[in-house]
Amino acid sequence: MNPKAIDRLLNLASPVLLLLLWEGCARLGWIDTRFFPAPSAIFAKLFVLTQSGELWKNLSASLVRLGWGILLGGVPALLLGIAMGMSRLLRAIVDPLIAATYPVPKSAILPLILLIFGLGEASKIVMVALGMFYPVVINTLAGVLQIEKIYLDVGRNFGAGRWQVFRTIALPGAMPSIMAGVKLGVGLALILIAIAEMIGADSGLGFMIWNSWQVLTVETMYVGLLVIALLGFVFMLGLNELERWILPWKPDR
Amino acid sequence: MSAVSADTKIRISGLHKHFTTRDGPFTAVDGVSLDVRRGEFFVIVGPSGCGKTTLLRILAGLEAPSAGKVELARDDPAQAAGSANSARPANAMVFQGESIFPWMTVWDNAAYGLKMRGAPAAEIHDVVGTWLGKTGLTRFADRYPYQLSGGMKQRVSIARAFANNPDVLLMDEPFSALDEQNRTLLQEELLRIWDEQKKTVVFITHSVDEAVTLGDRILVMTAHPGRTKALIDVPFARPRGVLELRKRPEYGELVYSIWGHLREEVQRAKAQEAEAGR
Repeated sequence: MNPKAIDRLLNLASPVLLLLLWEGCARLGWIDTRFFPAPSAIFAKLFVLTQSGELWKNLSASLVRLGWGILLGGVPALLLGIAMGMSRLLRAIVDPLIAATYPVPKSAILPLILLIFGLGEASKIVMVALGMFYPVVINTLAGVLQIEKIYLDVGRNFGAGRWQVFRTIALPGAMPSIMAGVKLGVGLALILIAIAEMIGADSGLGFMIWNSWQVLTVETMYVGLLVIALLGFVFMLGLNELERWILPWKPDR
Repeated sequence: MSAVSADTKIRISGLHKHFTTRDGPFTAVDGVSLDVRRGEFFVIVGPSGCGKTTLLRILAGLEAPSAGKVELARDDPAQAAGSANSARPANAMVFQGESIFPWMTVWDNAAYGLKMRGAPAAEIHDVVGTWLGKTGLTRFADRYPYQLSGGMKQRVSIARAFANNPDVLLMDEPFSALDEQNRTLLQEELLRIWDEQKKTVVFITHSVDEAVTLGDRILVMTAHPGRTKALIDVPFARPRGVLELRKRPEYGELVYSIWGHLREEVQRAKAQEAEAGR
């Protein structure tokens, strides 16, 4: 067997082994199943919640908020990042604002967001958008600034106007860096949606997890965690696929 | 633009270029005046750092001169070979080093200038197809630059410049990063392509051999600050074969005499480098 195949096998085997170990310990009574229910019990709960529609209701609520938040945070961040990269003036104005607000933990401003946007959908979407905004704007700007000067010379020499430079040089040239920012942003968005939904929400995966603590249905809590983990995994797979499609000009790494 | 006479394509008069650097003012080009004739293959040689690239960038409109001026007699669009498009650009540059966009296919790179000036799709299709053919890139049209060798990438850069059908073609050491075999091959191809159109070319190189092989006239520049040292006619008839030319004794003599002008300047440039390094 070649080393790559062995790697893949180990990648699959290690989580399965952990689950088996967990199941065994739970059945033998070596761990407290009030805190660590057996994986089989969690999967059974997953089935029940799927059947009752409760999981779908919460999952779709979270997905809608994530979708809007990623869009509303990501697109302005992308445009602002490129505009900053192309305009020294704009960079001088906006850079300090970003530098000053970026280090504030997004979870710490949840109360402020609730105050401003209320308990409805808007506050959740804004939290996701905030998580998305910073990594995308910072990476986009860095991506534009590291484009080799010779490409801008080529653009000028071949008569590209400002919009054409944006479309044919700045955007594609910064795209690898932008994709890295989007991946970071989506990861942050997942973290923040869970936090935002724990407070003042009546749907969503975060709500499901929080609520199951309050009513002490531990299996449901684990189902929520499992689904969020899966969501992250699926998002990353999707983004990797998107990256391959958007960046066909990058040699395979 | 109209003051230039009929057989003069570019008139450079009293051209100066100063830069402000951290070590104080720096004069890159110091009073260069010359005429480039219509349809001429004009080559500039000089030691590194002599301001030849700056000179070319001024011709390309990428830098503004500090003093003096550059006048270009535009081709009559009605007479211009190969295109009725009045939006033809004044110049197109083949840059030193890698300048083709990594995110575009060979085809899209070659079509860049035409697309930027909004040429009709049919014209782009014909012109780009033709130039990829002439540069031997037809089979690679859908490839991305990372899949190409250095020689191939430079061919794309040449196709991109020619496809844009400029009045003047500016080439900044286009072959200097290539190995000798590739360089000879590309010189041959360039001569062949150029013979078809006789476009005005300003070509920069640090290789005397390359200058003599390609050029109609050669300007030798001094070490920093860049001035005109000598202007030399190359008497060889066209079409030229790169290898046949090298066999001829006149070729060796011309290379030798140009080196006579250049040697002193290269030594001065070296001395300046040593000075700056201290």
